[in-house]
Amino acid sequence: MQFDRAAVHAALGHLRLTPLRNVLRRFGIAIAFLLLMGTLAVLSPPFATASNLFNIARQVSINAILAAGMTFVILTAGIDLSVGSVLAYSGAIMAGVLVSNLPLFVGIGAGLALGALLGLLNGVIITRGKVQPFIATLAMLTMARGATLVYTDGRPITGLPDAFVWLGEGDLGWIPVPVVIMGVVFVIGHLILTQTVLGRYVYAIGGNEEAARLSGVNVAAYKTLVYGISGLLAAVSAIILTARLNSAQPTAGSGYELDAIAAVVLGGTTLAGGEGSVGGTLLGAFIIGVINNGLNLLNVSAFYQQVVKGAVILLAVLLDRRLR
Amino acid sequence: MTTQTASSDAPLLQMQGIDKSFPGVQALHDVALQVRGGEVHALVGENGAGKSTLMRILGGVHQRDRGEILWHGRPLEIRSPLEARAHGISIIHQELNQVPGLSVAENIFLGREPRRALGWVDWTQMRVRATRLLADLGLSIDPRRRLGTLTVAEQQLVEIAKALSSEAELVIMDEPTAALTSEETQRLFGFIRDLRARGVAIIYITHRLEEVFSIADRVTVLRDGQYVSTSAVGDINLDELIRLMVGRRLTEKFPKETFAPGKPVLEVRGLTRAGVFEDVSFVVHHGEILGIAGLIGSGKTEVAHAVFGADPIDRGEIYLDGRQVAIPSPAAAIALGIGLVTEDRKRLGLILQMSVRDNITLPVIRTLAPAAFIRRRREQALVAQAIRDLHMAVTSPEQLARNLSGGTQQKAVVAKWLQTHARVLLLAEPTRGIDVGAKVEMYRLMVDLARRGVGIVMISSEMPEILGMSDRILVMHDGRITAEFSRERATQEAILASASGRTPSAV
Repeated sequence: MQFDRAAVHAALGHLRLTPLRNVLRRFGIAIAFLLLMGTLAVLSPPFATASNLFNIARQVSINAILAAGMTFVILTAGIDLSVGSVLAYSGAIMAGVLVSNLPLFVGIGAGLALGALLGLLNGVIITRGKVQPFIATLAMLTMARGATLVYTDGRPITGLPDAFVWLGEGDLGWIPVPVVIMGVVFVIGHLILTQTVLGRYVYAIGGNEEAARLSGVNVAAYKTLVYGISGLLAAVSAIILTARLNSAQPTAGSGYELDAIAAVVLGGTTLAGGEGSVGGTLLGAFIIGVINNGLNLLNVSAFYQQVVKGAVILLAVLLDRRLR
Repeated sequence: MTTQTASSDAPLLQMQGIDKSFPGVQALHDVALQVRGGEVHALVGENGAGKSTLMRILGGVHQRDRGEILWHGRPLEIRSPLEARAHGISIIHQELNQVPGLSVAENIFLGREPRRALGWVDWTQMRVRATRLLADLGLSIDPRRRLGTLTVAEQQLVEIAKALSSEAELVIMDEPTAALTSEETQRLFGFIRDLRARGVAIIYITHRLEEVFSIADRVTVLRDGQYVSTSAVGDINLDELIRLMVGRRLTEKFPKETFAPGKPVLEVRGLTRAGVFEDVSFVVHHGEILGIAGLIGSGKTEVAHAVFGADPIDRGEIYLDGRQVAIPSPAAAIALGIGLVTEDRKRLGLILQMSVRDNITLPVIRTLAPAAFIRRRREQALVAQAIRDLHMAVTSPEQLARNLSGGTQQKAVVAKWLQTHARVLLLAEPTRGIDVGAKVEMYRLMVDLARRGVGIVMISSEMPEILGMSDRILVMHDGRITAEFSRERATQEAILASASGRTPSAV
């Protein structure tokens, strides 16, 4: 009797919940984002102003671009802890080239090339050296930070050309330049993951590396490439951060890797690899940015902000786990 | 034969009228087994005969549907592996359940470490007891060594020490020699005889029938989930044993058609991977199905993986349509027109969280994207065609591979290789774990491919399909090809004899 009743209850509960469950599973992160926006708009009138929203987007762009690269890496069931340090090193090189009065494209090109190169190096160490991604990129985190300190001698590099600073502070029409760059990165990232061979291979490798290899995928080459993409996007973030600060700081980007990972996970990409999207990551990055901004407007102390941010990330992931 | 320490007149273990079914399969029907104290009792039968299921019931892993188990003449319920061990029944698994990072002593006492007050592990006592146990077995292994540093044979012996440490009265060994050299096997047999002399009973499962005659006292045969016979080893010979195992089987219908074989498509000469397979040579012709039979561990699957470039080789040459080729990677094999349907479709054949479409086109996706972007329409057309051709039961091409039935998953794997227009298809256990209807469809598909001139190598442990579908049959044992039969001359008895290492005098 008791058993039967329990079974009936379970069946009914399932029926009732199923549609809601599906909606939550597919759009849960978007709904959470809208709820968060609505709450903040009510609690703090200045939040919903256009200037504040653009300000948020400008702030979010750096983490979002890092997180886009991180999404590629995590989709292959890897991790890249070195992005914050690679950002700092590429930013320093960019600034170093620019203050020696070389043209803009040379400075930016040098920074981007360095970022990509360090990323590819990560990939080679992981695939050829068979080092765990966590360890390999942890080593790169330390080395790139050290190299930055050596290069800058521990001092900021200042005196950047105005054209460069515009990339961080300027607007294109009424849209901040960093937001335009972020948009371009995410559109390309989305197209790569959904429309190209590279994207298909990224999901295949993360889903089942051995099965991918037996289907003819050159796993080592594509994994290396993915770390290269992450390094390149860290350098793209470096353009924006360096321009916004109007200087290359030797300690820039410390701890950024954790915010990037948080954005990816909030966006529904699993650390086990093979499932997720850059669209989700963009939302994840915005949730983190909106929480930061909202708590500032509400005059919550910076110390409590960290507690709240951590709790929100944990809550989101627990909810996601429950819904799956 | 040797009943030295039976505590009473009743046999140590009696299993009677055991039934067990799993969804869709009656695994055991009215099976009986009787084991006396102090005997080595061999349990034999082909794949799927029900040996493992019976032992899992005895070990508390599965619960029987019907029947009774008497232990020392009294009814016994075994609800969990822990209970089995508490009663003195110990299983040494085919795959070792050991922790390579822990010491030998820690492995022996895993989960029942000797304790001191406050629950602290008594390391001294553990080491002393482990040393004594190992010494009893005549092993001079330092119990502090990490288990992972031992050879497979030594690990196997540690597992036996573990079984002894729980003062087992009955030890079940499931293919203990599969990974051992003949010298190590002899050592293992020495220990088994010691155990027997102490009155411990041993149930010995093996596919290597010659071992039955060198170590067992009695042998019980199972076939298709049913009890066939129990005999004293002295009263039976190898040929009789094989006949009992094979029995008169309902002849299954195979949709076999034979085509005039074309030129050789794949030729392998002297393929060697040290310690895995040795000097393997064979030829497959266009339109031919070549069966490769052999036991687990005979190296037959490994040969397929090596030809496909998935595993490295030490020596040997591979020719495709008469031209020598190098195959350093699966990508190279695919480019040359070789496909591999792996033995384990969930682990190696498919990417379960990707869609049917993504899985099917994965080997050819590059050709569908001439300008970086995948041509969606061409891809959809190919996939729709494959789904139609293979009668795949899918709700849509977007359905995730993990949500498909076993048979449909297997078709999806084959569909991958149809896209590449493979001229050689290596099929490893192509019908394992799929239902009868899907099996027949898989056979039809093989015939269709052969008709189109594809050379097929079918590696299988299923005797009926080897006999029913192959044009020619190779048998492997211990990494070598031990026999070749034409379709007409092959018999189950002859194949089984070659597969268990006894080369028949006349081939």
